[in-house]
Amino acid sequence: MRERYGTTILDTAIRLLVPFYLLYAVYVLVHGHYSPGGGFQAGVTLAASILLVNMVQGDEVTWGVNKQTAVILASIGTFIYAGIGILALFWGGNFLDYGVLPLGEIEPKVRALGTLGIETGVTLGVMGTFIVIFNLLTGREE
Amino acid sequence: MKKVALILLLLLAGLFIYTSFDLPPTNDLNSPPAAHVSPRYIEMAHEETGAVNMVTAVLADYRGYDTLGETTVIFTAGISCLLILEARRKQKRNKRGGR
Amino acid sequence: MLTAVAGYINFWLIAILLLVGVYGIIATENLLKKLMALNVISVAIILFYLNLGQKAGSTVPILLPGAEVGVVNAYANPLPHTLMLTAIVVGVATTGVGLAMLYKIYHRYGSLEEPDVLKEMRQ
Repeated sequence: MRERYGTTILDTAIRLLVPFYLLYAVYVLVHGHYSPGGGFQAGVTLAASILLVNMVQGDEVTWGVNKQTAVILASIGTFIYAGIGILALFWGGNFLDYGVLPLGEIEPKVRALGTLGIETGVTLGVMGTFIVIFNLLTGREE
Repeated sequence: MKKVALILLLLLAGLFIYTSFDLPPTNDLNSPPAAHVSPRYIEMAHEETGAVNMVTAVLADYRGYDTLGETTVIFTAGISCLLILEARRKQKRNKRGGR
Repeated sequence: MLTAVAGYINFWLIAILLLVGVYGIIATENLLKKLMALNVISVAIILFYLNLGQKAGSTVPILLPGAEVGVVNAYANPLPHTLMLTAIVVGVATTGVGLAMLYKIYHRYGSLEEPDVLKEMRQ
């Protein structure tokens, strides 16, 4: 896709750091109810960690998400969001009214679970879109 | 052209400063933005949605329909980026291969 | 006098930032610089909304452990934060679309300077 940017030092450092970036992104997503965070921030962090590997290793990249997969992920994310909204209709609620989903007894807890579901959708959508845009803008002429 | 633009912008700056006195001052406790719906969000968010973080509660629960629209906008931006740039690459390939 | 300045100086600085963006759109001829000026305007508007959500002596809109729930004035207004959070991400995505369009303009006309592009278009 593009030329290799980093040297061996940068390559080794990235291999050590990227797992922690990914873990932090998942933490930001699942802990969004209790601390600053949420779907948008987690998606941007995930996309940044994947694009970092992509930039440093250039053409020889062996790990990551390519353009085709990223488009599919973005579609799946938007579909999860709208799908949970429609799922609430089957249990007699309004569109995007998660309180009626059969996930437990206490309504606020059910709502928190529904919120986590749509935040996952937002994460996948934002991550896929940013990877697609970056890969397209920096791609080499075929 | 640049001088005309500068004069116009100075006039606009005067207009902004003149109209800024109709806005609620910064840090005002009783300003209109802090009076209408936000007390309800602050008081009831934890009870109604189970989220300690009020921003998440408003983003994903009270205004979930709004966020659905935003996600669709982001997804559409990615798809249109793909269409704009990939269409060019495909045309070129066709030209090279076809003729 | 001083309290008036302290209450409104944020709005004046934000207005100056917005006018810098408008001047960039009018005065520069490079389309990429025009896109950057549009982003400056977007930042000014985000700051304006966040400024409206502030309260004296308030903290971030996250319930503190052990705090009383009903105290409205202890927390900042969560609504501007929510709206601007999505606005930032949408701004990045739409900037990507703008850059893609500039990429295509450069390929078609060979330049991003506005007079050159207009000259090529008229031919």
